[in-house]
Amino acid sequence: MSGDHALEAVEIIAGYVPDLPILHGVSAHVDAGEVVSMIGPNGAGKSTLVKAIAGLVQISSGTVRLDGRDITGIVAHKLPADGVGYVPQIGNVFATLTIHENLIMGGAPLSKSAALERIEEIYEMYPTLKDKRHDKAGVLSGGQRQILAVARALLTRPRLMLLDEPTAGLSPMAAGAFFDLVRGLAEGGAAVLMVEQNAKAALRVSDRGYVLAEGQNRLEGFAAELLANEEIGEIFLGLRRGAAKPEASV
Amino acid sequence: MILQHIADGILSGAIVSLGAIGLSFTMKLLRFANFSHSELLTWGAYGALVFLAFFASFGGFFDRTIGPFSFGVALLLAMICASVVTSIIALVLHRFVFERLSRTAGHMTMVFASFGVALVLRHLVVLIWGSDPIYYSNALQFAILLPGNVRVMPDQVFLLGLTIIVVIALHLFMTRSRTGIAMRGVAENPDLARVSGVNVDRIITWVWIIGASGAAMGGVLYGMTVQLRPELGFSLILPLFAAAILGGAGSLYGAVLGGLIVGLSENLSVMIIPTTYKPAVPFLLILAILYFRPDGIFGERSR
Amino acid sequence: MIGLVSYLVFFLILSLIFGVAVLGLNLQWGFTGLFNAGVAGFTAIGAYTMAILTGPSRDAVFGGFELPFVAGLVGAMIASGISAVIVGLATLKLRHEYLAVATFGIAVTIQLVCLNWEYLTGGTLGLIGIPNPSKAWAEGPLAQNALYLLVVLVVVGLTFAALERIVKSPWGRMLKAIREDEIAASSLGKSPERVRLEAFVLGCMIMGLSGALYVSFIGYVSPWDFLPILTFQIWTMLIVGGSANNRGALLGALIVWGVWTTSGFVISRIVPSEIQAQGGAMQAVLIGFILVVTLLVRPRGLIGEELYVSRHARS
Repeated sequence: MSGDHALEAVEIIAGYVPDLPILHGVSAHVDAGEVVSMIGPNGAGKSTLVKAIAGLVQISSGTVRLDGRDITGIVAHKLPADGVGYVPQIGNVFATLTIHENLIMGGAPLSKSAALERIEEIYEMYPTLKDKRHDKAGVLSGGQRQILAVARALLTRPRLMLLDEPTAGLSPMAAGAFFDLVRGLAEGGAAVLMVEQNAKAALRVSDRGYVLAEGQNRLEGFAAELLANEEIGEIFLGLRRGAAKPEASV
Repeated sequence: MILQHIADGILSGAIVSLGAIGLSFTMKLLRFANFSHSELLTWGAYGALVFLAFFASFGGFFDRTIGPFSFGVALLLAMICASVVTSIIALVLHRFVFERLSRTAGHMTMVFASFGVALVLRHLVVLIWGSDPIYYSNALQFAILLPGNVRVMPDQVFLLGLTIIVVIALHLFMTRSRTGIAMRGVAENPDLARVSGVNVDRIITWVWIIGASGAAMGGVLYGMTVQLRPELGFSLILPLFAAAILGGAGSLYGAVLGGLIVGLSENLSVMIIPTTYKPAVPFLLILAILYFRPDGIFGERSR
Repeated sequence: MIGLVSYLVFFLILSLIFGVAVLGLNLQWGFTGLFNAGVAGFTAIGAYTMAILTGPSRDAVFGGFELPFVAGLVGAMIASGISAVIVGLATLKLRHEYLAVATFGIAVTIQLVCLNWEYLTGGTLGLIGIPNPSKAWAEGPLAQNALYLLVVLVVVGLTFAALERIVKSPWGRMLKAIREDEIAASSLGKSPERVRLEAFVLGCMIMGLSGALYVSFIGYVSPWDFLPILTFQIWTMLIVGGSANNRGALLGALIVWGVWTTSGFVISRIVPSEIQAQGGAMQAVLIGFILVVTLLVRPRGLIGEELYVSRHARS
């Protein structure tokens, strides 16, 4: 690799409806082996950004590069094969399918034998999933669901993992366990971009962070710096009024 | 008497089940009520008529009837060919009408379009084949007397047997093959399927092929056990919708079970209401199920 | 020349009668977003009520009250309205897709009742001898038809004017608000469910009016006049003309009925008589084709909604 970032998003303008962008030129980058948090008040456009990178929201202007290669506008279902894994915030497992079938869904871009081989590896990494392989995903606990959601995205060995509020609704213990898993992903060489509502907890496990507000970059820096930065509180508090409008990023 | 109604109900329910499978999945995946789906049964039935003449022209082995049945190998081959043709019709309609509208307009526009498509499909059948009833075969059949004084025709036994085989085959497809699993996944959550790397358009193609083939088989079985007429499918619109809505959109077993319930209720209803009002029974079923679940089954999308 | 004029009068009467039903549907779908796939059923109720109220008395069949024309029209609207209240209470909570299926089922059921409840409807034979008021006032078919056209024009004019006022009233703006966003509309104070029901009932009453005008003109009513294809024709008229625009609704009725009769005429001339039955099928294919092509090429119809960019058109 030639010094390119694993993920580089440049001046992204995107939204759900044409002419009504939610992101007004957001930029960010993530390197391999790094966990980066995207934080900000409600309606800042964090979720929209990861959805745009994952191909679910139309990008009207700007560029997304993966290891230097332009992937802007590639249809969503081709991105996993290119190395992008994405775990949405809600509905991130197929509740009516078994765990095994969920993993098979994640292996769609692979050949059948490669997918089955990879599923065995996943089972070794997460033995709880193996024990419940024939259960419907709908019966899993919140923490187990998140693990399955990530495992499903891991099938294609993504170089970039996008996590949208992965710990929302988890108990502190389950959230802690999940953050360990996230660190593990980065240590395995993946670039992780994580949207989090719980800014402090997220920054504690992150290398760097970005603060978004109203669809624009507001701050960025090393996680430790951001944790110490008092401006963050102001951004969150100061924009509370503005945040009364519906959370567009969900 | 009641046993005969039950037997008849299961048999007509089996045809409804075959037709409702496709309707149920297109309702779930494309999120519109397709009023033209039932015309695919008509086209399957009449399509088979053409291929039947073709295969029967080989004579001998092809033309001979099998055992107690009224048909021979020719009709079985014709049914397969009719499924292919019906699938092609469905895919052409999808490509040039429904898919286009789903991108440029709303779901309701697709419903209007399905009105128009239904008109065209149904009346093309009248134009091509006329409006008089047609039969595949004049061969005589002897009813089989079952315990309880229930009479069934050998062809009806075949109808039930084939339906069971199709449902088992579809069950295996939906649980064992990756395409089948993906179909269920897309039905539950299309966006999650997309980001998992599933090509949703390819899955929708499969849904049309399976739905149209099921409809074609249902149509052929209807033609075999009742008769062919241009309103064959049209008269099944409400039973098909009732089955799909009862069973829950996007569910194979739901559609099959729904079809059986519709067939049984229709046939048992004649014990309490005049036969002439039988066609209203599926509608009453629809009202009843929707009364208890006003959002219908679209409402249960697990986000 | 006389032949052409009398044909034109005949044509205008029928297309304007359809136009009335299209206006009713436009109130429901165009302005309120209610998908009524049972238009034929509500038209049938109006038609049969008219026949029962104004028709001659006969043995073994209910009705034949020989009431005046206007009483028949009012009665038809009331009967359609009452049935719409019942249907609406049972179905209006449903989502679009299911409302379409349910109302389609209602039309099928109403047709079954028309076909089978002989005491009320005369069964398959229908009811004959329904008086046409113009016959009492004019001599000769052309004069009578011209007079009836005048009657129809007055009814259309009144309906049109009333609907135009209604949709511009606060209640009419409420309809559009419901169509666009039910949750937001409920915050405006009025219960959307109530307003939806009112719009549905009013629309169905107008459809009943159309059915009543039809039987008085034709002189008889039979279940075969209210097949589901009538629903599809009226929908095509609305879509072709442009929904949410009352002018579009009337224009669509004229154009689609024009295409229907012209194609019927042409087919009757060029198609050999032994396959005339197929001629009707050709007309239906044409109408279906026009509907689909309009949706693909000009989804807003010839004259769509004015001064209002609708999210509804693409929701």
